[in-house]
Amino acid sequence: MELDFSPVWAGWPQLLQGALVTVEVTAASLVLGCVMGLLIGIGRLNPKRRVVYALCTTYVAVIRGTPLLVQLFILFFGLPQFGILLPAFLCGVIGLGLYSGAYVSEVVRGAIQSIDRGQMEAARSIGMSSGLAMRSVVLPQAVVRMIPPLGNEFIALIKNSALVSLLTIHDVMHEGQKIISVSYRSLEVYLAIAVVYFILTGVTTLVLRHFELRLRAGGMVQ
Amino acid sequence: MSDATPMVRIRGLRKSFGSHVVLKNIDFDVQPSQVVVVIGPSGSGKSTFLRCCNGLEQPEGGSVEICGRMLVQDGRMLADQELDSLREEVGMVFQGFNLFPHLSVLHNIALGPRKLRGLSRAEADAQARVLLEKVGLSHKADAMPASLSGGQKQRVAIARALAMKPKVMLFDEPTSALDPELVGEVLQVMKMLASEGMTMMVVTHEMDFARDVGDVVVVMDDGGIIEAGDPDMIFTNPSQDRTRSFLQAVLTRT
Repeated sequence: MELDFSPVWAGWPQLLQGALVTVEVTAASLVLGCVMGLLIGIGRLNPKRRVVYALCTTYVAVIRGTPLLVQLFILFFGLPQFGILLPAFLCGVIGLGLYSGAYVSEVVRGAIQSIDRGQMEAARSIGMSSGLAMRSVVLPQAVVRMIPPLGNEFIALIKNSALVSLLTIHDVMHEGQKIISVSYRSLEVYLAIAVVYFILTGVTTLVLRHFELRLRAGGMVQ
Repeated sequence: MSDATPMVRIRGLRKSFGSHVVLKNIDFDVQPSQVVVVIGPSGSGKSTFLRCCNGLEQPEGGSVEICGRMLVQDGRMLADQELDSLREEVGMVFQGFNLFPHLSVLHNIALGPRKLRGLSRAEADAQARVLLEKVGLSHKADAMPASLSGGQKQRVAIARALAMKPKVMLFDEPTSALDPELVGEVLQVMKMLASEGMTMMVVTHEMDFARDVGDVVVVMDDGGIIEAGDPDMIFTNPSQDRTRSFLQAVLTRT
């Protein structure tokens, strides 16, 4: 059997357009995921604040315990039964963002808890409130430790975003399948799609590594 | 003891961790400008006692009063906001230094005054430089904590606590994590503070410091104060057997 990449060459503007949509969806979900992750992660630091802790723990359990695809379908196909009709793009971003947030929250919690308790005590002892101590002393140190596991999470997010093609979002996966449907060149087009994801994840890895090195060079020797 | 309002006034202080009782009914006063040195075997409750004095530990019963303000009353701690503002009056120096590793030496000291006292960056930095000079570390202003020796770290930590202009300074085994040759430089800074009239409570195993600098030595064992008084009296003629055996164990070690 021969490989014929001509449909890929002919369809590259379409694939590029799709790749841009993938980047948009992922970037928006990433922001939502980080915000959710930070809030939920901090909410799970102190089991003594029972209500907050229970809500956050339930969130993580439900989101991590059910398939992303099912969550996306509930948002896109399920909610309209209640008259809640969200645009596909929004469904994709909300679904991916909430999903990612559950994982990010564990990264956030782990990094914060890994910072020596003495840091919080020292900050409190000069009169800082727990919120201020968290913002100006603990979090800046925790962020450096979050970067490697966050890299994993961001890469998973980019790849998981392929599922939103099933919500009629015209991402690179969706565009690729359109090309396949007229050219019947599955292997070649899927290979091209794989290359696009590989480039996106590779760039993400490089950016994060650069960021981490810069933070460490700033004196954050840990 | 004088009749002046004590700087720290402790009555009936009780604390336990689970079923383990750490502090049993402690009564104690610290007068202004007094240097109180707390000694005793490990596990006797010295550190917990000190940590109750700025609310890092929550006591179960009793009261703690700092400069006439109630920190703990009947085992109930002050509300958060007031607790934070009262903590500004009480500086603390930890055994493990606890410098902020992501900030330069200067910013470690300037952070509190900037965030809590509303000082501008320039004002806070200038004040921090004065304090650094005081502890003999002007040349380390821009260094990161990780590059300092233990003795230097502890001197920065003292400067950081002083930056809030506290009325009382608590020292929780400030030299226990240091190499022997670095202990002197930290004790010297503490002596200087004492001579300036700072009210200090010091938990330590440095018996020479206790004897030379302490106005009152407090001996703790098993969660209680077994005796307290003039250092000369405690070291030469203790009234309690437990004090005697503790001092014997510590003093014959060196």
